[in-house]
Amino acid sequence: MSTRQAVIVGGNRTPFVKAGGAYAQASGHDLLTAALDGLVARFGLAGERLDEVVAGAVLKHTRDFNLTREAVLGSALDPHTPACDLQQACGTGLEAVIYLANKIRLGQAAVGIAGGVDSASDAPIVVGERWRRALLAASRARKPLQRAAAFAALRPRDLAPVPPGVVEPRTGLTMGESQALTTRRWGITREAQDELAAASHHHLARAWNEGFFDDLVTPYLGVARDTVLRPDTSVEALAKLTPVFGGAEGTMTAGNSTALTDGASVVLLAEESTARARNWPVLARVVDAQVAAVDHTTGEEDLLLAGRRAIPVLLARNGWALGDFAFIEIHEAFAATVLATIAALEADGVGTVDRAKLNVNGSSLAAGHPFAATGGRIVASLATMLAARGPGAKGLISICAAGGQAVTAILEAV
Amino acid sequence: MGALESILTSPLGRRAAARAGLAEPPVLRRGRVLPEGPVLLADLPGGGVARATLAALGLPVAEPLLDLPENRAADERGRPQPPRYELRPGALVIDATGIREVAQLELLRQVLRPVMKRLADSGRVILLATDAATVDGVEARAVAQAMDGLMRTVGKELRGGATANLLWLAGGVGADDVGSTLAFLLEGRSAFVSGQAWRIRPRKPGDRAAPSGPAGASARPFEGRIVVVTGAARGIGAAIARTFRRDGAEIVAVDMPAAGESLAAVANGLRGSALQLDITVPDAGARIAAHVARVHGSDAKIWAIVHNAGITRDTMLANLDERRWASVLDVNLAAEMRINATLVDAALAGGLAENARIVGIASTSGWAGNKGQANYAASKAGVMGLVRAEADALAGRPITANAVAPGFIETDMTAAIPFVQREIFRRTNSLAQGGQPVDVAETLAYLCDPASGGVDGQVIRVCGQNIIGA
Ligand SMILES: NC(=O)c1ccc[n+]([C@@H]2O[C@H](COP(=O)([O-])OP(=O)(O)OC[C@H]3O[C@@H](n4cnc5c(N)ncnc54)[C@H](O)[C@@H]3O)[C@@H](O)[C@H]2O)c1
Repeated sequence: MSTRQAVIVGGNRTPFVKAGGAYAQASGHDLLTAALDGLVARFGLAGERLDEVVAGAVLKHTRDFNLTREAVLGSALDPHTPACDLQQACGTGLEAVIYLANKIRLGQAAVGIAGGVDSASDAPIVVGERWRRALLAASRARKPLQRAAAFAALRPRDLAPVPPGVVEPRTGLTMGESQALTTRRWGITREAQDELAAASHHHLARAWNEGFFDDLVTPYLGVARDTVLRPDTSVEALAKLTPVFGGAEGTMTAGNSTALTDGASVVLLAEESTARARNWPVLARVVDAQVAAVDHTTGEEDLLLAGRRAIPVLLARNGWALGDFAFIEIHEAFAATVLATIAALEADGVGTVDRAKLNVNGSSLAAGHPFAATGGRIVASLATMLAARGPGAKGLISICAAGGQAVTAILEAV
Repeated sequence: MGALESILTSPLGRRAAARAGLAEPPVLRRGRVLPEGPVLLADLPGGGVARATLAALGLPVAEPLLDLPENRAADERGRPQPPRYELRPGALVIDATGIREVAQLELLRQVLRPVMKRLADSGRVILLATDAATVDGVEARAVAQAMDGLMRTVGKELRGGATANLLWLAGGVGADDVGSTLAFLLEGRSAFVSGQAWRIRPRKPGDRAAPSGPAGASARPFEGRIVVVTGAARGIGAAIARTFRRDGAEIVAVDMPAAGESLAAVANGLRGSALQLDITVPDAGARIAAHVARVHGSDAKIWAIVHNAGITRDTMLANLDERRWASVLDVNLAAEMRINATLVDAALAGGLAENARIVGIASTSGWAGNKGQANYAASKAGVMGLVRAEADALAGRPITANAVAPGFIETDMTAAIPFVQREIFRRTNSLAQGGQPVDVAETLAYLCDPASGGVDGQVIRVCGQNIIGA
C-alpha cells in the first residue's frame, strides 16, 4: 500500500450567481479562469507549473472541448501546466477531486488543482435537427442552386434554437419531475422541505457573516456574495410559493429546489509531505471515495438516490458508521433529495444522519448549484470545517448526479 | 467631467487658462533617473559627509559658482548679475553640517543665488544641516533652524519641477547612513517631495543591511524580501505593490474580501500573493503572519509592512456621528497599531524580520486639519504619532517606523472631488500639479530600503510643497 496521502490545501470559487444575472456575459471559460486566478493569488502560485489541473462542465460548448487547458492558459499559472477535462454530470467537481487525489497517491502528481464550472447562462444554443440536416446538405452541395434547395424545405420554426435540455434521455422526465416521484414515494412533506431550505439559507448567511468564505471565495465581476442566498427567508415565506413539480399536489417549489446557477470552484490538492514542506495548510486528507448508480429507467429506483448505494459501501470499506462523522454534506439538488436520501439510509439500516451535522454552512439550495462547480464548493468548505475541528475529524460527502449516479467521498482532518 | 472641466481641458480652454496664469504644469522627472546636468557640491566649512556620500554613490561632483561681487558681470542695462552657469546644473547639494554662526549663512546665499534661475528642469536643491536639537549653543541652534525657512523658500521660488529639501543629520552620521536618502532625493523617485525636512541618525546597532547601491542605476534592494501592502487592490496601494515589485520584492497584497477580484489581479500580475482580509478584525496581524508563513514557508519573515489601507467618511463635525467617527479611526489608525503590535513579536512565524521596516500613510489633512475631515485628520495625525512612538518603543531593535503624508494625489479618491475644488487642491503647491500614486510609492520604498536604517520615526510629506500646513 502506498503511504502517500492526498490532502486538501485550500480552495477558491467565484460567488455563485443566478443564471441570467451578473455573469450572463461570462463564458464557462471565463468563470473557470477567474476561479483559478483567485486560487493562484491566494497561494502565490503565479508563474508556477503544477502537475495537473482537472476540471469539467456539464453544459459545454463544442468550442470548449479543451475547457480546462484553455482556462489554465488564460490564468496566471505557468503555461506548462497540463490539464484535463472530466465530466460526470453534477458529480463532476467531486470526481475531479477524486481523480487528482488518486494520481497524487499513485505518485503521478504532487500538486494539482481540481474543480468545475457551469454557466447556465452560457449554455450551448443548439439548432434543430431539420436545420442541422439542411446545413449539412448545403455544405455538400456543389452548385448554388443545390445549396438553395437544401434550405427550401425549412419552416420558420425549424430555425428556433433548441433550449438546453436537462431531461433524462431514458425517462424523458426532467430532474424535478423525477425527484417529484421520489418525493411522493418517500412521503417527504412540504414543511420538511421548506424547513431544510430555510436552514440552508440561514446557515450559509451565518457562514458569510462570520467571514468563513473570506479565504474560500474571490469576488467576480463585482459580485462578492452568492446571489441566490436569501438571508431573511423563512419557512413561512417559503410556504407561500406555488409548487412547480409534482402536479396539483406537488410539494416542490422554486424555494426548495436549486436554481439554475453560474459559477466555478477549484480545490488545491497536494501530496501531504509536499504540502508540509511548503508550509501549506493541510486541511484534510482525501480518505476514500465511491461512486454508484441506480437503474432508474425501470421506475423502480429513484433517479437521485444512488447515494444509498454508494454510502454503505464506502462506510463498510473504511469501518465507519454515520455517527463517526463530524460533518455530513449531502448536496441539495432539491430539499427532498436530501430528505429522501436520509430516509433511505435509515430504511436500509445504514444509520441515521444527525441533522445538526448536516450541511452546517449551507448547501446548494442557498448557494446555488452551478452543476460541475458544486463538488469543489463542498470539498473546500468541508475541508476548512474539518481543519477547524481538529485532527481526526471526518466528513462525508454525497452528491447525486444525472443518469442515476452518485459520487461520495470521505475527508479527514490530519 | 463637468462643464467647466470640459472647457478648461479643451485646447481653447487651455490657452485661456494659460493667459489667466494657470500655466501647464511641468512634467516631472520620475524613476531611478538622475537629473540632467552636473551635480554641484557646496562643501561648506565643517562639512564632509555629503562629499563622502556622493563618492560612495558613484556620483562625480562639480564646484558651484559663488555669487561674490567680484564674480558678477553687468547685464545689458548695467545691472550686476550673479555668475552664470553655461551648462544648467542638475542639482546643488549644500553640506552645511558645519555651519554654526549667523554670519556663515551668507555662504548658503552665495551658492544658491546663481542656481535659482539656471537649475535644470526637475532639478534638485538638497541641504544638509546638523540637527538643531543636537547642536550646542544658542546661536548654533538658531542657525540650524534658519536653514529650514531658507530651504522652504527655495522650494517655492524654484521653477520647472525642481525641488528643495533639507536633511537634519544627527552626530556621527556617515555616508552609509545618508546614501539611500541622497540617492532618493537626486533621482526622479522624489519627484513630488519638496519643501520637506527630515532627520537622519546613525543606523542602529544590529542593522546589518547593505549600504545603498550606485545612484541612478536600476536597483533591486528588495530582492528576496517580503513586503506586505494593505489596501493593495487599487489606487495608491496597487502602485505601492508595483513599485516594490519593480525593486525586487515578493508582494503580499492585502485588501477587503469584497475587493478580491482586483486584488487577485494585482497579486498575480506581480507574481505575489493575495490575502483577502479586513484589517480591522481583531486577529488581522496573526492572519497576515499566517499567510506569509503559508505562502513563503515557516521561516519566512516580513521585511516591510506598508499600512496603506484607509478610508474617508467626510462630514462636518456638527454632523459627525459615532459610526463615521469609529470606522475611520479603526481602519486608519487602530488596525495598524494592533497589527504592528502582533507582528513585532520576534517569535512569530511570518512576523516582522529582525531588521524590518514599518511604514504608514498619514495625510496633509492630518498635518493641517481639514474642514469636514475631523475623523480622518485625527486618524492621520494619529499615524504620525504612532510611527514616532513605535520608533521610540523599538529603539533597542533595528526596526524602523516611518510614515508619508501625501497631499493631493491623482486617484479615484480625489477624482471624486468636485472640479473647481479639485483644481484648487491640485494646483496649490510649488509644483502646480497633483502627485501620482507612484510618487507616494517611491517615498515608501525609499523608507523601506535596506539602506535607510538611519531614517526612523520620520514623517515625509509627498505633497509638492502644498501650501496647506506647510
Ligand atoms: N488619494 C489621495 O490624495 C490621498 C491623500 C492622502 C492620503 N491618502 C491615503 O493613501 C491611502 C490610499 O489611498 P487611495 O487614494 O489609494 O484610496 P482608495 O480608496 O483608492 O484605496 C484604499 C484601499 O484600501 C482598502 N481598504 C479600506 N478599508 C480596508 C480594510 N478595513 N481592510 C483592508 N483594506 C481596506 C480599500 O478596499 C481600497 O482598495 C489611504 O490611506 C489614504 O488615506 C490618499
